[in-house]
Amino acid sequence: MMEFLRRFARNRPALVGVAVLVAVAALALLAPAFYPRSPFEMIGKPFEPPLASTLLGTDQLGRDVTAGVVHGARVTLLIGLVATFIAILLGVTLGGIAGYFGGWVDTLLMRLTEIFQTIPFFLFAILLVAVLTPTVGSVVFAIAVVSWPPMARLVRGEFLSMRNREFVLACVSMGMGHWRIILRHILPNSLSAIIVTGSLMVATAILIESGLSFLGLTDPNVMSWGFIIGSGRTVLRTAWWVIAMPGIAILLTVMAINLVGEGLNDALNPRLKHL
Amino acid sequence: MLIAKLRFAGRRLLLAAPTLLVIVVLNFGLLQLAPGDAADVLAGEAGAATPEYMVQLRQKFGLDRPVYVQLAKYVGNIATFDLGYSFRHGQPVAQLILARLGPTLLLMVTVLLLAVGMGVLMGALAARHLNRWQDSMISLFAVLTYATPVFWAGLMLIVLFSVKLGWFPTSGMEAVAEFHTGWARIADIAHHLVLPAVTLTLFYLALYTRLMRASMIEQSTMDYVTTARAKGLNERQVLLRHLLRNACLPVLTMAGVQAGALLGGAVVVETVFAWPGLGLLAYDSLFSRDLNLLLGIFFVSACLVVVVNLAVDMLYALFDPRIELR
Repeated sequence: MMEFLRRFARNRPALVGVAVLVAVAALALLAPAFYPRSPFEMIGKPFEPPLASTLLGTDQLGRDVTAGVVHGARVTLLIGLVATFIAILLGVTLGGIAGYFGGWVDTLLMRLTEIFQTIPFFLFAILLVAVLTPTVGSVVFAIAVVSWPPMARLVRGEFLSMRNREFVLACVSMGMGHWRIILRHILPNSLSAIIVTGSLMVATAILIESGLSFLGLTDPNVMSWGFIIGSGRTVLRTAWWVIAMPGIAILLTVMAINLVGEGLNDALNPRLKHL
Repeated sequence: MLIAKLRFAGRRLLLAAPTLLVIVVLNFGLLQLAPGDAADVLAGEAGAATPEYMVQLRQKFGLDRPVYVQLAKYVGNIATFDLGYSFRHGQPVAQLILARLGPTLLLMVTVLLLAVGMGVLMGALAARHLNRWQDSMISLFAVLTYATPVFWAGLMLIVLFSVKLGWFPTSGMEAVAEFHTGWARIADIAHHLVLPAVTLTLFYLALYTRLMRASMIEQSTMDYVTTARAKGLNERQVLLRHLLRNACLPVLTMAGVQAGALLGGAVVVETVFAWPGLGLLAYDSLFSRDLNLLLGIFFVSACLVVVVNLAVDMLYALFDPRIELR
């Protein structure tokens, strides 16, 4: 553990990523304290540039962009994390079953995974949200449904390589049940790979969420970064700041997650460092 | 040789059949999930269709029959490329999609060529100057562009290059009112293409650059590189004749895998730039609640991805003659 922390701490970009993430998370947690009023509330004249009366200016309806960005952090992070968590569960389950049991189960599940990887996933997400009507739940569901395949492939590979190793065969010969072997012995050994891929999946989930809400496929009652950009799009010529700030927020968050994910990868799999 | 290639293509298309079948079944499932029965959805929900047509639709899809009969009918319709009729547009869905296919293909192919070409170039450059400033700059660029939401990059490019500088048009594919013909028209379309293509390229460029860099580093430790050096080739020859060709393969694979994602990105970019392709059609159908049109676009896009994957596989053999098309 200490060794891992030391290796991670030596990676400067990853530390920058951690710092940015901590700041964004703090912003999300403290949003109600900073801006107790709803971000949908009008607080002043429309189209006020940044630093005039508020930090980041107001949009076409006189809503405070700062409040929107701060509250948006909550929604965006929450959707990204929950959707990724569900996708990881799905991917680990399907990939684990395929890799452990092999045979026709493996063939079938991997064929399915391949198909899900071939279909244009963003269009599929659009369809799902459009059919299920846009709510936080349906957006989370849609993101989870389109993001599990890489995880399934990864876990399948890990399980496949471990299936016939001595420690697993020892468990089998001791008469241990399948589920116990999977959960207690194989899964912990693949955890580092799952963590790395999972952390990178959060970044993709946030990008998908912002794309969907930009197209208007979002819960109309919650303020997310993509939603602000989508609604500010019509006033691009007069008020660029309405869309500039939420976009920078997405960029920084996604970049920070990617940097941390790569830092984790380097620290957990030091052999791969030179790549 | 040509016959072998054609046979390979035929077999691959046959293999793609289950994929397309799954997508059709998914489409059918989505139709079932949507509020109202399939006829309501197919007619465009808000009652834009005549009652006679609704009755006809219900009969055609066998909505009074069990679900599996409905599914069979649905698959049958799609198999004959009957994607239904869009009342919002007053045209068959297949015809609508066909008309929008061209612009999307133009955008996609341009982006694919640009992203792969520049990605290979920049990745190779970074690997040549490993851990020096060139490498750091390219890596920083890749990290930044990979984290930028595509639609936001597009909007910011519009603010800078269209609104402030006035270099490029903000939207559309050509200046229709000016009735350009011949070369003038091509130049006009190219002018409109610049911003959408650059926007979408930026994101995928990052991916290919990183992949190419890693692949170059890995390949440069191989024995064949040492052999090439040992027989007296200079660095330039080693790079151009041996390294580059081998290092390109993973990038090419990725480009094929990414074809589906690229289409998804096209939806967003076409919406931002009002590029009259499938993506914009999808966006419009979202707002008119024309679900059947959306399902049709999804199906055709999936077909497109299958074809692109096939093309990439054929290219693969061109780069690496050891790979046999079987």
